[in-house]
Amino acid sequence: MSLFIVNILDGLVTGLLLFMLCSGLTLIFSMMGVLNFAHASFYMLGAYFAYQISTYVGFWPGLIIAPVIVGVLGALIERYGLRRVHQYGHVPELIFTFGLALLIEEVVQFLWGKSQKAYEEPAILDFTAFSIAGNAFPAYKVFMIFVAIGIFLVLLYILTKTRVGMIIQAALTYPNTVQNLGHNVPLVFMGVFGVGTAMAGVAGVIAGPVLGTFPGMAFLLGSIVFVTIVVGGLGSLWGALLASLLIGWLQTFAASYNVRMEDILVALGMEKPVDLASSALRDLWTLTLPQIGPILPYLLMVLILIVRPQGLLGKRET
Amino acid sequence: MTGIEANKNTGTKRSDDLAPHKWESRRLINWSSAWPWVSAMVLLLALPVVFPSGSAITIMNQMAITIIFALAYNMLLGQGGMLSFGHAVYMGLGGFFCMHVLNWVEYDGLWLPLPLLPVLGGLFGLAFAFIIGSFSTRRAGTVFAMISLGVGELIAACSIIIVVFFGGEEGVSGDRSMGPEVFGFDFAQQREVYYLIVAWLLISTLAMYLFSRTPIGRITNAVRDNEERAEFLGYSQRHVRWISFCASGFFCGVAGALFAVNLEILTEENLNTTQSGIILLVTFLGGVGFFVGPIIGAIVFTLLQTVLSLYTEIWQLYLGILFVLTVMFFPSGLTGLIAVHIAPWKAGKLGLLAVPYAKLIIPLLAFVLSGAAILEILFHAREASVGDEAMTLYGITFNSHSLLPMIVAVVVAAGSVVIMKRIMPSLKEAWDAASPVSNAP
Amino acid sequence: MSIAEDLQPVQLAVELENLDKSFGLAEIIRNVNLNIETGERHAIIGPNGAGKSTLFNLITGKYAATRGLVRLNGTDISGLKPYEINRMGLSRSFQITNIFPKMTVFENIRCGLLWKMNYRYSFWHLVDRQRDLTERTEEILEQINLSARRDNLAGTLAYAEQRALEIGITIAGGADIIMLDEPCAGMSTSETEYIVGLIRQVTEGKTLVIVEHDMGVIFNLADRISVLVYGEIIATDTPPNIRANASVQEAYLGSSLEEDG
Repeated sequence: MSLFIVNILDGLVTGLLLFMLCSGLTLIFSMMGVLNFAHASFYMLGAYFAYQISTYVGFWPGLIIAPVIVGVLGALIERYGLRRVHQYGHVPELIFTFGLALLIEEVVQFLWGKSQKAYEEPAILDFTAFSIAGNAFPAYKVFMIFVAIGIFLVLLYILTKTRVGMIIQAALTYPNTVQNLGHNVPLVFMGVFGVGTAMAGVAGVIAGPVLGTFPGMAFLLGSIVFVTIVVGGLGSLWGALLASLLIGWLQTFAASYNVRMEDILVALGMEKPVDLASSALRDLWTLTLPQIGPILPYLLMVLILIVRPQGLLGKRET
Repeated sequence: MTGIEANKNTGTKRSDDLAPHKWESRRLINWSSAWPWVSAMVLLLALPVVFPSGSAITIMNQMAITIIFALAYNMLLGQGGMLSFGHAVYMGLGGFFCMHVLNWVEYDGLWLPLPLLPVLGGLFGLAFAFIIGSFSTRRAGTVFAMISLGVGELIAACSIIIVVFFGGEEGVSGDRSMGPEVFGFDFAQQREVYYLIVAWLLISTLAMYLFSRTPIGRITNAVRDNEERAEFLGYSQRHVRWISFCASGFFCGVAGALFAVNLEILTEENLNTTQSGIILLVTFLGGVGFFVGPIIGAIVFTLLQTVLSLYTEIWQLYLGILFVLTVMFFPSGLTGLIAVHIAPWKAGKLGLLAVPYAKLIIPLLAFVLSGAAILEILFHAREASVGDEAMTLYGITFNSHSLLPMIVAVVVAAGSVVIMKRIMPSLKEAWDAASPVSNAP
Repeated sequence: MSIAEDLQPVQLAVELENLDKSFGLAEIIRNVNLNIETGERHAIIGPNGAGKSTLFNLITGKYAATRGLVRLNGTDISGLKPYEINRMGLSRSFQITNIFPKMTVFENIRCGLLWKMNYRYSFWHLVDRQRDLTERTEEILEQINLSARRDNLAGTLAYAEQRALEIGITIAGGADIIMLDEPCAGMSTSETEYIVGLIRQVTEGKTLVIVEHDMGVIFNLADRISVLVYGEIIATDTPPNIRANASVQEAYLGSSLEEDG
């Protein structure tokens, strides 16, 4: 039971982290109709910038400065890259963001090298917050949960209570009308792109010390992020939240319960082949749950696509 | 930039392919449509005679396989408007399957002449595309792109788990020369393999070209342009996409089989996202709007990759920059760049462009070289082992940690940008003069 | 007004039975009942926002009805996909020009022919070698006066030409029920005349359902007219009777009818 609670909390951390990326991605997608395949690359840039900053002035200034730099970079890329490609159509836009993701990975390797960086959590948070029956829960993860929730509250406030938020919501539904009312929609787009990427940057800053800061981190998390928003329903914020938590827990639980396929098969009354090494089914027999943990999100996606193509909370397929 | 504008002006005629065709033709073969194929065949047969070295044949084999893969990829992207981010999977799976078939031939006495192996690879690719396509082709656009990425990742992740099929980290290897001899060839030599690959290159290219001219091929274009309209003409957009997806899967499988024959090993790297990104780059670089685009893309890319990786460690960075610049400034790719010159050429005004182009080429070259120099110096200064500060670039040896080379490179880069900006207006003028008047808006 | 009053049995091409369509809380189509006879030219008119296009989209399968039935030649088509309805012999055009802009005029028309000429999903025919296909395409190009434009990209045509092409694609498949959604929208008087002549010619002997704003076109072309106001059909009758109908005048047409007619 105690392991269960620790897993719930661990999954929550992963889920919230996913949601920090998914929410920015969904916001950008709903407003501009473009899915930013390079979104996770901004998350990676956040981690690397914060690492670089931390080598000079420590962890805390990086938490603020790195996302700002990432956001500005995102806004510039929107202004001078994406807006230009937009005229060629939808598919080139997608290709552009995909190419951007490849390029950012190469640039990161160029600037920081291929190996993992020693980006670590601040010493002040390097203690065990509490432990449940011997399972320690680090204070840094508590901190991550609070940062994530704090950011969503701010975002929710901006979207529902401020004038800018009203314009964003209106632009989501009627982009042309809002433009006709005299609002500068391109500027709003640039802002949303900047804020969305900055949020990915924050996620990178706080996840870097836990998940590792290395050039492959963008693609590793990025593909899970896309799976998440397909599962949640493209363009649905609540769907993204639900799917993020679901996938967070799915991965955490799969990693910590060593369910072996062998036990299941034997329980089903099947006989283990004597000569396992030459059996065509040997992979099936040696399979364990932690082993298939990484592919569970993808399997979930395929399953969802077959039974509910529009995603958990997505709008009806028209 | 001027190229794109010119494209708009001259784009009144269809530009789906550069190969000529006459719909009136009633004969089975007519010369005007056959000459590109015949000359390609002659060229391909002659190439190993001109470049007999082992490394040249290796590069040409790689090129031919990439051409088939890129053409198959463009059946989706160019013809059907479907952007796949996980297409390496279909080629990779075809390859893995063929590797197992080769092993069955070697150890289990399966009778199969090697030249027929690509058929099996193709069918395996097709079968897999049929399954995946059943749910992924429901929508085009973003949803399709994301599902393709997810499925690609799923298969790539499975390759570590399903060791029986994917062979774990070391992959699956085999021996291609164990099958029955065909006309006295056992395909142990690279050169024999070259001719096998080239034969399949011609067959596949012709088949894919003809596919684009069948009812389903045409309707695939229609669905790409306007899926709603196609539905109201009796066609299910989903079925149309599914069929093209399967056809593409078949030729990806053929490419995979040839890959297996060529290298005799397949690993996880053959189906991961990087591989899928490369084929997208190849196709886009060549030009998705043209049948010959992927062919040009594959040739240029393979040469570029070979040359760059020979001279620099950061060649992938250059490819990434090239990719993004192509999408931003030349969305119709190299073939598009060639195609916009056809109208001035037909009008006999291509000569007008010669002087401005000649003026542009020097600062452009200077900019590319100095830009690369900046990156190389930075890279050397950071990566080289301590004490090793001497680097050689363009035949000049200097200290990468001193400021002077960097300053020179930056000045040359900035200078060439200024000169190019100066030349641009005259280039644009020349373009306006060279574009046929009748096509002006 | 009612078909049932006729003594001879008539074939019905389209039947709408208690048709309702809501988007969220907004009821766009309310309890519409309408019978369109085979071979008649039927016009649907109504003020902006009356639900004409929605009604069109319900009949052609683009939207699913909230309640009620649509029958095509006596067969219930509720829940069928647009392509299935098209295969049953109904073809439509669009209010906003809906062609294949990056394909040639010739290929646009040919795409409209492929299914009906049984080429379907074939990958064993070469389209350029099919004499029947080419000849039929040429005939239709001749009919819509676009033969001279055959090798131009459709997207580069003038507006009126694109509208003609749109009609050409719609009739190409030889469907016996043709539905045209504002074919004359945004056209000059001479262009309108040309298009009306074209419509008259290409829909000879077929059932035509047309939505149009231009009253001149309607009263000139239609055998019968239905007036749709706020999602309800308030009258269905011959043009002279519609003109004289007091409730129609009151609800919609006013005095403009006399001027236009």
